Amino acid sequence: MLNRKFVPILVTFGLLAAMFAAGSFRYTGFFSAQVLYNLLIDNSFLIITAVGMTFVIISGGIDLSVGSVIALTTMLSASLVEQQGWSPGVVIPLVLIIGALFGTVMGAIIHYFKIQPFIVTLAGMFLARGICYIISINTITVTNSFFTKVAQTKISLPGGSFISINVIIALAVVLAAIFLAHYTRFGRNVYAIGGSEQSALLMGLPVARTKILVYTFSGFCSALAGVVFTFYMLSGYGLHAMGLELDTIAAVVIGGTLLTGGVGYVAGTFIGVLIQGVIQTIISFEGTLSSWWTKIVIGLLLFVFILFQRLLSDRRVTLKS
Amino acid sequence: MLVPILEMTGITKRFPGVKALSNVDFRLFPGEVHALMGENGAGKSTLIKVLTGVYSIDEGSVMIEDQSVSISGPLEAQKAGISTVYQEVNLCPNLTVAENIFIGREPLKFGKIQWKKMNKDADQLLRERLNLSIDVTLPLHAYSVAIQQLIAIARALSISAKVLILDEPTSSLDQNEVQQLFSIMRKLKSEGLAILFVTHFLDQVYEMSDRITVLRNGELEGEYLAAELPKIELVLKMIGKELKLLEELPKLSEESKSSVGNTMITASELGRKGAIKPFNLEIRKGEVVGLAGLLGSGRTEIARLLFGVDRPDEGKLVVAESGSTVKSPRQAIDQGIAFCSENRKTEGIIDDLTVRENIILALQATRGWSRPLSRKKQDEIADQYIKMLNINPPNPEHLIKNLSGGNQQKVLLARWLLTEPDLLILDEPTRGIDIGAKAEIQKLVLSLAKQGMSVLFISSEMEEVIRVSDRVAILRDRTKVKELGSGEINQQQIMQAMAGG
Repeated sequence: MLNRKFVPILVTFGLLAAMFAAGSFRYTGFFSAQVLYNLLIDNSFLIITAVGMTFVIISGGIDLSVGSVIALTTMLSASLVEQQGWSPGVVIPLVLIIGALFGTVMGAIIHYFKIQPFIVTLAGMFLARGICYIISINTITVTNSFFTKVAQTKISLPGGSFISINVIIALAVVLAAIFLAHYTRFGRNVYAIGGSEQSALLMGLPVARTKILVYTFSGFCSALAGVVFTFYMLSGYGLHAMGLELDTIAAVVIGGTLLTGGVGYVAGTFIGVLIQGVIQTIISFEGTLSSWWTKIVIGLLLFVFILFQRLLSDRRVTLKS
Repeated sequence: MLVPILEMTGITKRFPGVKALSNVDFRLFPGEVHALMGENGAGKSTLIKVLTGVYSIDEGSVMIEDQSVSISGPLEAQKAGISTVYQEVNLCPNLTVAENIFIGREPLKFGKIQWKKMNKDADQLLRERLNLSIDVTLPLHAYSVAIQQLIAIARALSISAKVLILDEPTSSLDQNEVQQLFSIMRKLKSEGLAILFVTHFLDQVYEMSDRITVLRNGELEGEYLAAELPKIELVLKMIGKELKLLEELPKLSEESKSSVGNTMITASELGRKGAIKPFNLEIRKGEVVGLAGLLGSGRTEIARLLFGVDRPDEGKLVVAESGSTVKSPRQAIDQGIAFCSENRKTEGIIDDLTVRENIILALQATRGWSRPLSRKKQDEIADQYIKMLNINPPNPEHLIKNLSGGNQQKVLLARWLLTEPDLLILDEPTRGIDIGAKAEIQKLVLSLAKQGMSVLFISSEMEEVIRVSDRVAILRDRTKVKELGSGEINQQQIMQAMAGG
């Protein structure tokens, strides 16, 4: 018997497969392992950010600060490494800690002052973006040997294709997050809080700690995505990852996570990011279309998915009564 | 002599401006079902919340197995062996049954949750202690409320509960499900668990409990053995009136009760599952029909059915004049039915509007926004009703939130009277207002009936119902049990019917 809870994720996966197949029929050279790997290479930072966002949304919250935290991380890394001459071995752990702390503070404000996550993380978004411009209003190019080396390393795979170190990091994050979500108490508490915070409290679960940790984790993921983004772009800039928070939310929702909280899968989010990537690839293969068509298709897809989720959750309500 | 497993002494709890509990003692023995009884506001839920650590205690002590404990939160209460299953199932509908039982205490191996072991344990627990075999890997929302409640009990048991609090567990269950729950309660009782059972169903109290504690107005009325306390005595203790005293109360002007006319509305075998069993009720023109019954006996549910807020599952409701039924509040209003709800604060008045604006609201709504009432007309209406109902202060531009409860109620009445209804449903119109205002509202109801309006009058205060009603329908445990005509209405009769003894 097919477990009903996997329906949204299967639909998402089916969609990805259908799109990839359609692309392969329409364009020569589309059907290759490298096209698939390029999806991962070009979207690794988005995957990492979306994993953090998945936890936040499952817990019933939202994090709008992720794009800005990425920009801030690229900016901090670039300026400390290039202008201050710090070692990447110090800078990278430092920016990860800063990102995590940034999330912790937002989580604490959300929980203890009972303020909507939307507005708190919106403030965080402006704050982080603003700090970028204090550091510099210009692009800081990264020429540090460690960064360039990581950026240029190609890991060869059979068949002459390759992936980057960023992809390894992203896949590791996805696997770790799947474990975290399904095999640890923290993960299950996140689901419980998303299902009913009141019940979670009355069942004696550590609601405060879990909620704050969720935002900490999202902050950490954004910072890690920022590091990966620095490898990818080899620069720090205050305008990096502009509007990325919305792409992230879109990927999470397309991946089958309910915005109302309590339901969702990290694996679904992963596929959600890849779907966005496939759309982009198809449009670049088409050649004549503007890249804004990506937004149009994603917009339509989101509508369809939200309606689909509504139908599913309506069925759930009728089952209940 | 048995030793109580739980003993609460001298519990006092204050909220700003109110003493919710004052010097209440309560004890619970192992292997007994103990019912906690009291009317609305008697302090039942406060006592439970104190016991489960949701509220802190201002004065008094709690002893569990002769050990003094201080409970500062739900987690501490659980650790002390006190578990609660609330009326609204407090579990997570998105998690599996097994998770709901074990979350927070999942079996771990190197920090990894052992799903297989957890599912097996959950299955075993449900099977052995609750005689329930279900698929524990399905999410909770796949099961009915009754099963969810059993799962909540299973969770409580797995935390090695010594004391199980069941707060209104049966109010959303049907008859079979109630019996299933009861058989499990009996089983658990025989295993030595102490069960605190809160319900407003009197029959269930007598079916299940060994001992009854009655609270009234935040004070302890007494603790009794169920076998030694007749139902009627219990009702009297909850309401707090001596039977003799009640009978001496004067009846309000018998002559004011006019002769009644044709049928206004008829409900035949009207019922809704979980709300009210099928009942017959006929209301005639110019008649005041009272609904008497304890809290939760189905009074408001009847009102909601008549006004079309809830849909009936069975039976027919016919408005005589049009010959049609009522499917929505909108239709009810169109057919001349008005409903003053019991939640004045949340469902009635609009705080930040003036008295005038609150009064014209319903009339304006029936006219539609395209035909606004002129300001002059509004002022006229407001003045007229302020005078008629004696609303104080007599200033139509006063914000309604600054008025006293009684005057707010009058404004609400004015709002509905303005639509000139044929049937006015008043649900607890006098709750929380002072004596003078009460008398005025009662008088008003009678004069409205004299003018030919039908009124359905719902109140927990029996004297009031008796004073104004031409006929009284009595409800018990969501069933209409009796109807008394004008000659037969008296306290004794109503009490008997309410208690069912």
